[in-house]
Amino acid sequence: MRRAELVMALVMAAFSAYLMWKSTELPIGWIPDEGPGGGAFSFWLAAVMLISCIAILIRWVRRTSPVAQSTEPYMDRQSLVLIAIVAGSLTAMIALIHVVGAYLAVALFLVFYVRFLGRHSWRVTLALAVGTPIFTFFFFDVNLRIFLPKGITEPLFYPLYEIFL
Amino acid sequence: MKSLKVSGIGALAVALAFAVAGVSVSKDATAAWEPKKPVEFVIMAGKGGGADKMARLMQSVIEKHKFSSKPMTPINKPGGSGAEALIHLKQASDPDHTIMVTLNSFYTTPLRQEKLKIDPLSYTPIARMALDTFLLWVHKDSGIKNVDEFVKAAKSSGNKWIMAGTGKGQEDQLLTDFLNSAYDLDMKYVPFKGGGRVAKELAGKHANSTVNNPSEQLGFYQAGDTVPIAAFTPDRLPMFKDSPTFKELGKDYVYFMQRSVVGAPGMSKEAAAYYQNVFKQVYDSAEWQKYMKDKSLQGEYITGGDLQAFWKKEFENHRQMLTKMGEM
Amino acid sequence: MEILGHLLDGFAIAFEFQNLLLVIIGVTVGLFVGAMPGLGSVNGVAILLPVTFAVPPTGAIIFLAAIYYGAMYGGAISSIMLGIPGASTAVATTFDGRPLALQGKADHALIAAATASFAGGTISVILFTLFAPPLAAVALAFGSPEIFALMMLAFATFIGLGSDDIPKTIFSICIGLVLSTVGYDVISGEPRLLFLDITGFLHGINFLVLAIGIYGIGEMLWTIETSQGKMTVSQATLSISRFFDGMRKLTGSIKTMLMGSFLGYFVGILPAAGATPGSLMAYGVAKTMAKDPASYGKGNVDGVVAPEAANNAASTGSMLPMITLGIPGSPTTAILLGGMVIWGLEPGPRMFIEQTEFVWGLIGSLYVANLFSVIINLAFIPVFLWVLRLPFTILAPMIFVACVIGGFAPIQDMHDVWLMLIFGVVGYLMRKLDYPMAPAVLAIVLGPLAEPALRQSLLISDGSFAIFFERPISGGIMAVTIFVFVLPIYRAIRTRLRGSSAGGAA
Repeated sequence: MRRAELVMALVMAAFSAYLMWKSTELPIGWIPDEGPGGGAFSFWLAAVMLISCIAILIRWVRRTSPVAQSTEPYMDRQSLVLIAIVAGSLTAMIALIHVVGAYLAVALFLVFYVRFLGRHSWRVTLALAVGTPIFTFFFFDVNLRIFLPKGITEPLFYPLYEIFL
Repeated sequence: MKSLKVSGIGALAVALAFAVAGVSVSKDATAAWEPKKPVEFVIMAGKGGGADKMARLMQSVIEKHKFSSKPMTPINKPGGSGAEALIHLKQASDPDHTIMVTLNSFYTTPLRQEKLKIDPLSYTPIARMALDTFLLWVHKDSGIKNVDEFVKAAKSSGNKWIMAGTGKGQEDQLLTDFLNSAYDLDMKYVPFKGGGRVAKELAGKHANSTVNNPSEQLGFYQAGDTVPIAAFTPDRLPMFKDSPTFKELGKDYVYFMQRSVVGAPGMSKEAAAYYQNVFKQVYDSAEWQKYMKDKSLQGEYITGGDLQAFWKKEFENHRQMLTKMGEM
Repeated sequence: MEILGHLLDGFAIAFEFQNLLLVIIGVTVGLFVGAMPGLGSVNGVAILLPVTFAVPPTGAIIFLAAIYYGAMYGGAISSIMLGIPGASTAVATTFDGRPLALQGKADHALIAAATASFAGGTISVILFTLFAPPLAAVALAFGSPEIFALMMLAFATFIGLGSDDIPKTIFSICIGLVLSTVGYDVISGEPRLLFLDITGFLHGINFLVLAIGIYGIGEMLWTIETSQGKMTVSQATLSISRFFDGMRKLTGSIKTMLMGSFLGYFVGILPAAGATPGSLMAYGVAKTMAKDPASYGKGNVDGVVAPEAANNAASTGSMLPMITLGIPGSPTTAILLGGMVIWGLEPGPRMFIEQTEFVWGLIGSLYVANLFSVIINLAFIPVFLWVLRLPFTILAPMIFVACVIGGFAPIQDMHDVWLMLIFGVVGYLMRKLDYPMAPAVLAIVLGPLAEPALRQSLLISDGSFAIFFERPISGGIMAVTIFVFVLPIYRAIRTRLRGSSAGGAA
């Protein structure tokens, strides 16, 4: 926990500094007749972020906050593996949307999660993996006219567009 | 392991895709080009503004008369004064199914943000649907009736005279800049989000004047809150017969806002021809003609090379105007 | 009575077929979401907001408000039956609800919770109807300095009344505000803060991307990690006779119910306070007022009644500043407020004049939602218990899918989906280190309103911050803000002084 607190505070301090630097691309001072420049608001807020991070670091050194005292691990091995698998499969699904489109990616994600992580029967798995994309297609593509990305599976949808749109 | 799996699925999907595509191509080979999927109809401005309302009118006309075999789905991309929309079209994965409604930021945004490396002339010309007009507006309670009185009032207020507009370096500021230099004024230009908001600021007397389009001020004009005192058009507008043009007043200055439809760069000839035909039908429709009359819009339908030539001329004009302003 | 006329119009809107259907669906969804451990109103509203693009704004707000409402009822179900609060707003309900369930009186606890929720909801909606129009009328006179002062008050309440680490709370507020400035500066017309010059940032960071990231993905990761253990669901037998028996026994709790309702309502009105502190405070007050405080925590029905009346009342209360001032009273209303912007409405006092259908339709629907919540809640308790047994490995992936599609829908750009994933994971990692996340979400909603208000105020005053203190209304608000802000510092000094005088380490 203690090490995680330090790492997070340092990362966030660096991010704050980046934000301050990035804000200076626009004027951060006073422009006559226009008021504060376009970068002023974000610059000073990022400065406050940096100060907060320094305060967090000071408390870390002096061990005055609960996380800075904690000797528990930030994440035990079992949770780490579980979270990594979940977050990884989520990342893979989003990446796959670019390639094979939202519908196939969602189906594959559900098969992986429900069958291999959840160890549910194939019947439940397939019902969800097929049912969810069908429901989504009718709700978003057909009803709301919000077309989810299709990637290379786009031609498969041409006949569906003919029928439903 | 993961990459193996992905490529396996990818291969399968590609095979399927080709199979289906093959079937559909062989079927349609003889027919004229038609969109195969919903057409992305990008709007280069935010929700609720003049360009947005117009785009949605076009879309509803197309839908009502079934001018297009697939729906056009409007998406607003106002980010970065339209930079986001321009980039979106430039990078469109499927240029044959991506079109955009545009305005004069089609010129000003690429000029002001050279980093984007956008050449407006590379976009596919589809249709110029109208030219929107500009007038100079003041509040009724100011008592100002003509340009002379306006100049007198603005001069005496110096930089306390607030001209509300839609954004730095955009049309409204070009016009404000013209007025400032032509009449030796020092009006303060205050940007707000969207033309509707600008009109509201004038009606609420938070601003002294605006250079709105008629469509934006119409509600307040009809309610009698705001008064047009001069037009930036070559001839007087039928709707505002009492407002002289700046040309009449001895300043040779005319400014229009284009309301055009463009296709993504690299759109096929067949697709461009299809959309040109769709929007010609929209232009000729009773709904569009009525809208043009009601909102005091001008301009003929032009397309193809004519539109391209029009862009070239306007792009140069804007380059000069912006250079003069020091915005480049 | 002008209010009565408006209210009748509101009822007419709420009883339109589509809206009535939306209320019923919303309440049912809310009950499920609330009953689900780990999911509360804020998660439900954030994840389901994109779905509302299908209906007009009035229908959309009615649907989301119904979810908010239903979730307040539903939260009690898992607090009582599982001993795990369905949401932070129902934490106080576990204190006595769980012991009651273990004693075999789960049905009493559930009936008490539902009845108290109904009382809290109804009383607060009536108060809301009476308070909102005059407050909106006052708020019409608010200029930029007053609006900015109010936002400062909202942030100060997080720092002063929240129990979170102060530097981390400040950090969270500031990062939310900075993220809200990404994209495009209206006044100078320049793009700004395009991280790594990625063009996807040109359209700014939609608040929903952050909200779904944190309340959808982050919350799921959190729940997956913390709920690895087994849960046991208590049994409840519910029959008509036991129902009336339970109702009869509640007559002794009427005073507690009233106290919880009023207290919850007024705590809910405070910007950014919301239902969680409201319900905890109501529990505390009920305990101190009671004749037998020792029985609390061991299964006293009043210990269920007080927080449940308060959390429903607070959820209505938090809508008051949202509707009249454009300042959210809780994280959930922050998301509702952001939704209004997406639907093309301009939140603020003018809504009362310009959007009467929207405002009064919402108020009317609150009465209706309240009624349906209590009916559906009591009628379907067995169904909710079945849902509680639904394996998380089915629920979690479905919610992930809803998040991904919901993140894409508003702007239709995959860039936003990636950003949402990053926010979700980073937010989860930060939450584990006690960084509060609600202030960031509130800040990203308020940022686009706060920045112009600040810049316009400073433009009027030629750069002097005195403008916020010189004007009577904004000066008053600023005084309260400073008081709230200084409160924790004062408390810290006092504890330290006491600590050192007692000779112990602080």
